[in-house]
Order: sequence, then structure tokens, then C-alpha cells
Amino acid sequence: MSDISAPQSASWMSRNKLAIAPWLFLVPALLFFAVYVVMPIFESIWLSFYEWNGLYRADGTSTATWVGFDNYVKLWDDPKFWTSLKNNVLWLVLYMLAVPAGLGIALFLNQKTPGMRIYKSLFFFPFVISQVVVGLIFGWFYNPDFGVVGQVFKALYCEETVNLVGNVTFKCSGTVPDILSNPEVATYGIIAAGLWPQIAYCMILYLTGLNNVASDQIEAGRLDGAKGWRMLWFVVLPQLRPATFIAVVVTVIGALRSFDMIAIMTQGGPFGSTNVLAYYMFETAISEYGERYGYGSAIATVLFLIMLVYISYFLWRMYQDEKGGR
Amino acid sequence: MFRTMKVSLAALAAGSLMTSAVMAGDLVINFDDLNPGPKQGFDDAVAQFKAENPDINVIVNNNDREAHKTAIRNFLTADAPDVTSWYPGNRMAPFVDAGLFIPVDDVWADNGFNEDLAAIKATMSRDGKIWGVPYSYYQWGIYYRKDIFDLLSLEEPQTWDELLAACGTMKENGVTPFTIGTKFLWTAAGVFDYLNLRTNGYEVHNDLTAGKIKYTDPRIVKTFENWKVLIDECGFVDNHASMSWQDAIAPFANGDAAMYVMGNFSVDGYKNAGLNEDQIDFMPFPNIDPNVPLAEEAPADAFFIPTNAKNKEDAKKFLAFVARPDVQSKWNKTIGQLPINAKAEISDDKFIQEGFALLNQATGIAQFYDRDAPAAMAKAGMEGFQEFMLDTSKMMAILERLDGVQDEVYK
Repeated sequence: MSDISAPQSASWMSRNKLAIAPWLFLVPALLFFAVYVVMPIFESIWLSFYEWNGLYRADGTSTATWVGFDNYVKLWDDPKFWTSLKNNVLWLVLYMLAVPAGLGIALFLNQKTPGMRIYKSLFFFPFVISQVVVGLIFGWFYNPDFGVVGQVFKALYCEETVNLVGNVTFKCSGTVPDILSNPEVATYGIIAAGLWPQIAYCMILYLTGLNNVASDQIEAGRLDGAKGWRMLWFVVLPQLRPATFIAVVVTVIGALRSFDMIAIMTQGGPFGSTNVLAYYMFETAISEYGERYGYGSAIATVLFLIMLVYISYFLWRMYQDEKGGR
Repeated sequence: MFRTMKVSLAALAAGSLMTSAVMAGDLVINFDDLNPGPKQGFDDAVAQFKAENPDINVIVNNNDREAHKTAIRNFLTADAPDVTSWYPGNRMAPFVDAGLFIPVDDVWADNGFNEDLAAIKATMSRDGKIWGVPYSYYQWGIYYRKDIFDLLSLEEPQTWDELLAACGTMKENGVTPFTIGTKFLWTAAGVFDYLNLRTNGYEVHNDLTAGKIKYTDPRIVKTFENWKVLIDECGFVDNHASMSWQDAIAPFANGDAAMYVMGNFSVDGYKNAGLNEDQIDFMPFPNIDPNVPLAEEAPADAFFIPTNAKNKEDAKKFLAFVARPDVQSKWNKTIGQLPINAKAEISDDKFIQEGFALLNQATGIAQFYDRDAPAAMAKAGMEGFQEFMLDTSKMMAILERLDGVQDEVYK
């Protein structure tokens, strides 16, 4: 660019200015995207054909050995992989509840009363705080000893007594439900925690969407006698379609990336029953008890392929919309 | 791709070489504990080493324990120190197998460690060579509420039947015999290890963690059956799966539970929870089969010399230094653990005294299930232990699953 004064290059530049400019602006992003996203994808696929504990020998050569599709064969027979996959599906399905729930709260909050902004902010609050904090709060909430669940159970089913050494203790007529240690319900417990901020997110999307709902159409609908559900279904919701689309997209992404909640609340436990693919991958490859990079990469590749299906659909949809819009 | 990684690693190494400009007389030591006590012990030892070897310029990199576990995987190849702290048993195996540590048999032979550190020699060895020098370890066993035992006129149980009888008395009086927190899994491995060491002995422990015995082997099944008896007749606190080992101190401190299978590092926890020295005491895990010689669990911390070390001569001097009786005495008094050198002196703390007596009689020193077994096996195994503790009826299914993992891990 420094030789812009040179007549030939200047004329070439000026002739192709419109074509070149966008690429120039894209170069930094493309470069980083290639180095930090695209290359690692292929590296990790490549690594999934090796068995490797992440170590290099003293002379710097890798200790990895080529095993071909072995890791994928193992994956097929690995019950923990199927548990993780099943949990991923559970997350995906149950997380979708955030969309109607968010819509419901948004409709409820879309009123003009004094102080409404405060209520809106309060409902939005869980999305602002970190997922890790949400996980911690719910972890304590579920705690059978000092959590709300434990306290309520104690109040209902336990009586206070004094134990052998004279300290206060509780005699209970049953065992406290221990949500995060019960393999049957632990995943639901974590999903419930995850839904809390996700509902807030969907709510805010719908609230902004509701601002743009044309009031003349509502009035026209009202004149034609539409009320309640019919008004919502036939007049409001169609106008909220863009908001719904985004809400579904962020919810699916949120469900597939569920990692932090699991890491904070159960570490995949009890005995691996709350694992999802993302966490299982971390556990096998990077955690203290893992160090199986090849196998971890195989899990990552499978997760990537699953996401690819969804991402392709999403991109195709966007493309169609763009075309239709023109 | 491996080549690109290698190139970048080499570049990294070259870069750090240039920046740190290590000279011939420099000795770089990587250590892994920033907690006040352990840091003090290490710093004191290094200061003494410097005073004795004024010509050696010691450079210390002290890192957080968890960070060290990750960092060592890179720095052994990319920017190797001359000495690094690490763990013996299976934890050193990947590095030994990749040729990243050098054997130090000569250090052991020249300094009489073969006799003075005899108890730990097997643990420090692999492929017939010795790979490091330990500086400290600590005992495991049963910590119990002395005041509760006194109230119920119970003696320290010596045998399995006495333990079960004591449990019966505790339960009649509304005390849960054992506390434990299995959320992070490894605590359950402590119980398993002791049941296995007492049921089958040290050899079986080693053969199991080395993958030579199946989990469905009748001897291991017997261990699990004993564990079932312990759960049914003694019993652990409810909700242990949602507690960490620190959380599990609460019922112990409150007097709701009377015993805790734990390592000696937990004593601080009991004291912080408001218990005093007279309320707590230590006992070895009781005999199960009187014919099985007593082996104990005592994880050790050690120093190793990386293959890429630049100053191996002084590194060996340092290794010889850290196992000297006087150095180990002082160091372990500071950190409240046990010296490994049999000629070392110990502090007059009662837990340390009991631990020292216990470990000196031991016929074998196990490291810990998750240090003796390879990582992937340890993870699956400990999940299995936790699952078993929550539902003992799944025993055979769990053991068969662990067999499957074993086939996979020890190919």
C-alpha cells in the first residue's frame, strides 16, 4: 500500500478498489480464523487416528503411534460415549423449553407499569452472571446438607436431637434427596440450572422482538375479533419469527456447548452419568486422569460432525433468507 | 502436524535458552508446592544446599501443584530443568517410558540409599532401574474420635471382627461409623486400597494396578465382598457422593460420625473444624486376614532428573542431598510429614510418631490406587468404587466393566 503513488499500481488499485477493499478488511479475521479454528479442526481429526499420551521424547519426537480407525471402533463400544451422547440429546431437547418459557415471561413483562424496567432487569439478571456462578449457586441449592433442598427436607421430615457428644443433629424419617449424586436425576438437575440463564436470554430476545410488533396489525386483529391465543398465534408470533429463529439458534448452541455447568456441578459424575461429549472429551484428553489425546480427539471429531449437521442447516437457512430478502 | 508442533517446541526451547542463559554452574530446580508449609520446607532445604555448595548457582521455579502437573508435560521436552519434583509409582511411568527421566541407581548406591530408603525402593523402580529420590511421605489409616470411643468404652479395633463389633456399638448409639466424601472419587480408592491390602496383601495390590489380575478375580471379588460387609455392618454417612473430603469433616467434627479413612494431611482439617488433639487419634486399618502381612498406603513425593537436564552432575548432588537423614528430618518437621530415610528423626507430633512406627513395620508401601494404576484405569476404577458404594448390588456388573477397561488400558 505504500507505493500507492506509483501510477500503474494506483490505477490497478483504483480500478479494483471495490473488489479488493472487503478482502483487505477480512484478511485479519480470516487469518486468525484459519490459524485458530480451521487448522485445529484438521489437526484434531488427524490426531484422532493416533494413540498419544501427549508426550514427546527427550529428542523432541512424538510418542504417538498410528492406529487408524481404532479410536472410533473403541468409541462405538464405549458405554460412556453413549451415555454422553444420550445426555447431549437430553440437553438439546430439554433446553428447548427455554424458548416458550422465555416467550411467556417476555409477554408477561411487556406491559407499561411503573418500575417495569426493574422487573425486566431482575429477570435478565441470571444471564448476566457467569455460568460458573450459576452452577455453584445451584450446586449449593441442591446440597442435601446445607442447601435449600436439604433444609426444606429437614424441616418436613427430620427432628432435631442431640447426639452422643452433645451437638445438635437431625433424625430423619428418610434420606434427603441428593439430586446431583443420583445418576437418574443428576442430568436433569444440571439442565434445570442451565435453563435459568437460558430462559432469561430468550426472554430478552423476545422483549426486543415485541418492541417491533406493528401496533396497527394488533389493532386490525382486534377489530376483526382476535383475542388471546388466536391473537398470539396468528398476529404476534408471525411477527416474532426472526426473534424465534435466533432464540432457537442460541439455545441449540448453548445446549451443545454445555460444559461449564457440568464441570462445576458434578465433574461428569456420579460415575460418569452426567457426562456430555464436550466434557467427556476434556476428561479423556486433558484432565489429570486422561492424557489420551487420540481418543479425546476422536470424541471431539464426533461432536464436530454432529454440530456440522446443525451448523450446515443453519447456514443454509440464513442463505435462503438472504436470497428471499433481496 | 507433529513436525510443526516439534518445530514450535524447538523454537520455544531455543528461545528460553537465549533468555535464561543457563551457565554451567547453574542448577535449575522445578518444585510444585506454593502452600506456606511445603514452600518453607523446600526453601529452607535449598538455602542449606546453597550454603554447602557455594559454587552452584541454584535457580528455583516453584509452581502451583495442579499447574505443575500440566507444565511438566511440556517442560521435560521443551525447557528441561535439572531437577523436578514428581511422583513415583505409575505417575512416573509415562515419563520413564518416553525416556524423559534418567535412572539414578548410582546416587542410590553411592549414598547407601538402598538400605536407608529400602521401604520405598520398589515404588521408585521401573524396568529394573531406580528413577528418583523421595523426600517425604505420609501415612494413611483410620482417624477416629477418641472422645466418642471413650464414651462408648471402645478400644482401637485390631481385627476385622472387632471393627464390626465396634461399629455395632456406634450404630446403637446413633453414631455413623465412617464419614467419607466421594465427590472427587479418590477418597473411595483409599478405602478400597486398605480393604484390598488387608484382604489380599501388597502383591495383589501391585498386580491389580499393574493389570496382571482381573477385577473379577476371586481375590478382588473377596475384597468387594468385605467392602459390602463394611457398608452394611458399619456404614458410611449418607450423601457422601455430593461431598468433598473437606465437606465430610463436618459430620466427623459434629460427632455424627466417628471414623475417617484418610491421609495424615487431613489432621489440619480436623483441627480447623474445632477438634483438639485429645479428641482425635489415629489407628492402623485393622487386620482382616491375620495371615496377610501388613502393608500400608503412604504416597511419596520425590525428585527426578530430566534427560534434557544440562547440569546432571549437580542435579545428582541435590538428589543425594534431599535424602540425607538430617535434611529429611528438618524438612519433614516443617511440613508435618514423614521422612523416608530410616535414619532420620521425626517431630514429636503424635500422628507423625504413630505414622512413623506404622510405616517402619510395613512389609510394603503402596502409593495409592490412582498413583499405582494408569490414569485411565484409575479414573474408571474410582468411578466404579463410588458406584459400588452407592449401590452394592451392582458389584459384578461394575467388576466386569472394569475388566473391559483393563483390557483396553494395558494392551
